[in-house]
Amino acid sequence: MTARRPLFLAPAPYRRRRLRDAARLLPLAGAFLFLLPILWAPRAGGGSATGTDGLYLFGVWGVLIAAAAWIAGRLRGAEPATGDEED
Amino acid sequence: MPFNIVVVSALSYVAFLFIVAFVVERRAERGAAGWLRSPLVYTLSLSVYCTAWTFYGAVGYAARSGLEFLTIYLGPTLIFVGWWWLLRKLVRIGRQQRVTSIADLISNRYGKSNLLGVIVTLLCVVAATPYIALQLQSVTLSFGAFVTDAPEGFLPDRNATAIWVAGGLALFTVLFGTRNLDANERHTGVVTAIAVEAVVKLVALVAVGVFVVWGLAGGPGDIMARINASPIADWDLQPSRWAGLTFLSAAAVVTLPRMFQVLVVENADERHLATASWAFPLYLFAMSLFVVPIAVVGLERMPAGANPDLFVLTLPLSEGQGGLAMLAFLGGFSSATSMVIVAAIALATMVSNHIVMPLWLRLRPGPAVSGDVRRLVLAARRLSIAAVLGLGYAYYRLSGGSSALASIGLIAFVGVAQILPAMIGGLFWRGATRLGAAAGLTLGAAVWVYSLFLPSFGPDAVLSATMMAEGPFGIGWLRPQALFGAEGMDPLIHATFWSLVLNLAAFLGVSLVSFPGPVERAQGAAFVNAFDADAAPGGWSRGQAEPEALLVMAQRILGDEAAQGLFEAEARAQGKAGILPDPTSGFVAGLERRLAGSVGAATAHAMISQIAGRAAVSVEDLMAVADEAAQIMEYSARLEAREAEITRTARQLREANEKLTQLSVQKDAFLSQISHELRTPMTSIRAFSEILRDGEAGPEETARYSGIIHAEAIRLTRLLDDLLDLSVLENGTVQLNLDLVSLREMIDGALMAAAHTRPERSFTIHRDPPTEEIFLRTDGDRLKQVFINLISNARKYCDAVHPELRIAVRQRGGRVMVDFIDNGGGIPKDKQDLIFEKFARLTDQTRAGGAGLGLSICREVMANLGGSVGYLPGQGGAAFRVTLPLRLEKAA
Repeated sequence: MTARRPLFLAPAPYRRRRLRDAARLLPLAGAFLFLLPILWAPRAGGGSATGTDGLYLFGVWGVLIAAAAWIAGRLRGAEPATGDEED
Repeated sequence: MPFNIVVVSALSYVAFLFIVAFVVERRAERGAAGWLRSPLVYTLSLSVYCTAWTFYGAVGYAARSGLEFLTIYLGPTLIFVGWWWLLRKLVRIGRQQRVTSIADLISNRYGKSNLLGVIVTLLCVVAATPYIALQLQSVTLSFGAFVTDAPEGFLPDRNATAIWVAGGLALFTVLFGTRNLDANERHTGVVTAIAVEAVVKLVALVAVGVFVVWGLAGGPGDIMARINASPIADWDLQPSRWAGLTFLSAAAVVTLPRMFQVLVVENADERHLATASWAFPLYLFAMSLFVVPIAVVGLERMPAGANPDLFVLTLPLSEGQGGLAMLAFLGGFSSATSMVIVAAIALATMVSNHIVMPLWLRLRPGPAVSGDVRRLVLAARRLSIAAVLGLGYAYYRLSGGSSALASIGLIAFVGVAQILPAMIGGLFWRGATRLGAAAGLTLGAAVWVYSLFLPSFGPDAVLSATMMAEGPFGIGWLRPQALFGAEGMDPLIHATFWSLVLNLAAFLGVSLVSFPGPVERAQGAAFVNAFDADAAPGGWSRGQAEPEALLVMAQRILGDEAAQGLFEAEARAQGKAGILPDPTSGFVAGLERRLAGSVGAATAHAMISQIAGRAAVSVEDLMAVADEAAQIMEYSARLEAREAEITRTARQLREANEKLTQLSVQKDAFLSQISHELRTPMTSIRAFSEILRDGEAGPEETARYSGIIHAEAIRLTRLLDDLLDLSVLENGTVQLNLDLVSLREMIDGALMAAAHTRPERSFTIHRDPPTEEIFLRTDGDRLKQVFINLISNARKYCDAVHPELRIAVRQRGGRVMVDFIDNGGGIPKDKQDLIFEKFARLTDQTRAGGAGLGLSICREVMANLGGSVGYLPGQGGAAFRVTLPLRLEKAA
């Protein structure tokens, strides 16, 4: 099967492929950012950082949602043309 | 809040949900679902993830462990944002294979094994029962907290509340969850009601949050300050719990039976997933945004010792916001009910498809599927719903509504996460086998039960305290919460870690060493290559299944109309009239998938097997799957060749059979004729000889009678001679005297000899002497016999007033043709084939005077002379053509 696929793609399908790559990478980026607080040094005393931590997490969350919405919109717009082929 | 108002509000809310579900079902039946199947409704229905445990419990969780509660939402967010990885494939396979539940998915993937279906079903029931109990508890708790002035004698008894709630939920679920069987006919009413509940709980939580932030506190800035000053800020992030819980919730969002139900089974359109990929995380985001503020303000304002799990309800209540509290109560009520309804549908489907139906099939073996299976399955499903809710209620009663339930949400997550290795492995790895999945699931579930589920009941409840502390039989490294010496781990993370590690190891290890069966390999290829065009081989050999039996079975599961429609459409597609199509491999496989949508893959497979015999997937078929085109060509070529061979054999058999039948008829006719022919002269001979013996006749009569006896005896002799002749000719043992003879002389001789026959008739003979100057090398006597016979026949039977006979001779190639044509009425078309048969006579016997063997003998003579004699139609009278070779070579 692979042999019959073209080796290089026109710009539009190329963009769609990279969009799918982005869709695949998004959760990895999200996981990394969500797990990042583990690396933060434990606070010496006085938990003054909880609010900020929360803001950070909600911020990442919001960005993820926005990125997912953007990618999903683009992918869905492109779908009828590409059909259902995988990879 | 007065008791009556609460009850009336709750009841009217429930009635509202009933009406919504009812109206939507009505609309869907009319085919006017429209926006009801929009991505929005799909996304909102996914909110069954947020149960009462998250609605009320998240605030309590935040009050106790700070931001850790977020992990429960972050995991699902990652899964949905990464829908292109897993969810898309899951939904695609769910639609392709008409998966009815997560147990069905696993069983379907691993060769439609019911064993796996049973394992997953039991695991899910065990994990979900306490979870359902938790929902009942949260409703009764909130009810108890909400109702302050219960009238005397009407003190809201917790158990009474729980049983009313459980009963009402069972009724709703049975009414709207079991209206139809086919997974593809979705529970539109239920899903819409769930979506409405999703809106209610979101609005309720956000409303309480807004009231807290802007009503009780002084806006976002003030809240930030209060958060950092509150005891919540003292929480410490435990890395193992943070990562572990994120992973666990990510696993749970695809493996929880109720999530699988709304995510995969109820999915109406794959594209809805694209919307849900960001909209569902957004919903979770909104649900958790105000959790910490509510917890912080609750801790500040509520008296010490107040249950933080109920802050969402008690905070507005204590601030005198009755309406807001009512909204919060309804929000919590919605969370609990929607979870219970969907979980009950999902579990009931699993129980009826993987436990009840296989048992029923086992108890009533044989293809005679009697009775209405459809009704049976629906009844099984309804009973299962009642049983699941009954189990939940029983668990609630037994556990006494204690705090033991509080942690049950996460415990259930760990339980269902055991399905993850088998699921992911099955979706992406063709090497995953049934035995591997069974080993992994069993081991993981056992470790989960041993190290987390049983200890959760508290020390000495199931496992003794000494066993918890020292391990079974004093074996230290088997302590439930410190397996293999892993001490000091958080119990939940400990159990998650060991159960999944051992599960995965068993799954991979056993998969690597075991060999999958043919169906398993076919399903594995179909699952892993779900995005390629239908790559699975048909799986059913052609022609074994009786279409009528298939229809009878399909009618009993799909209903008469649907099944007949399906068969008729297929018959039309095959170009056949009527309702029964040929049971082609593709059709049977499609039918199996359709049935699987109702009763699950394993049961559907078993039922089809009863009719169609064993699935005919062989390893050779599977190897051909690699190249689909080659496989199809090879298959059809093989099919064609076999078909041609069968047709050929059938034709040969038919011909042989016809010949045998004919021969038998001929033999019978011959025997009856010959007895008749012998009997007639014998009778007259006997009668006249008796007269002569008695001496009663005069001399004149004696002479006459003797003459008759003599004539009859001659006739008998002639008949026997003819028969003997014929038998010799037929056997091909006749001795031929080959010689050079003149055709003209032979015709002359024949005409002369035939002149005795009816000598009173004068025949005009037309001949063309020059053409007759041919010398043949043949047996002259035999040939002349044929000619005499033909000419005598003409003399005998020609019915013209002035009879004429034309003899035409032609020579073509190495063959000579002699035609004898008279001007009589000829022989009717339907008799022309008959005249060469023995004893065949067209007119009555007296007129013919012969036994009817003449033409048969002619035919046999000509066959012996290497030629033929046949009737020549269309010559204006009876016409016979004799064909013979110019030079007959002696047979070798």
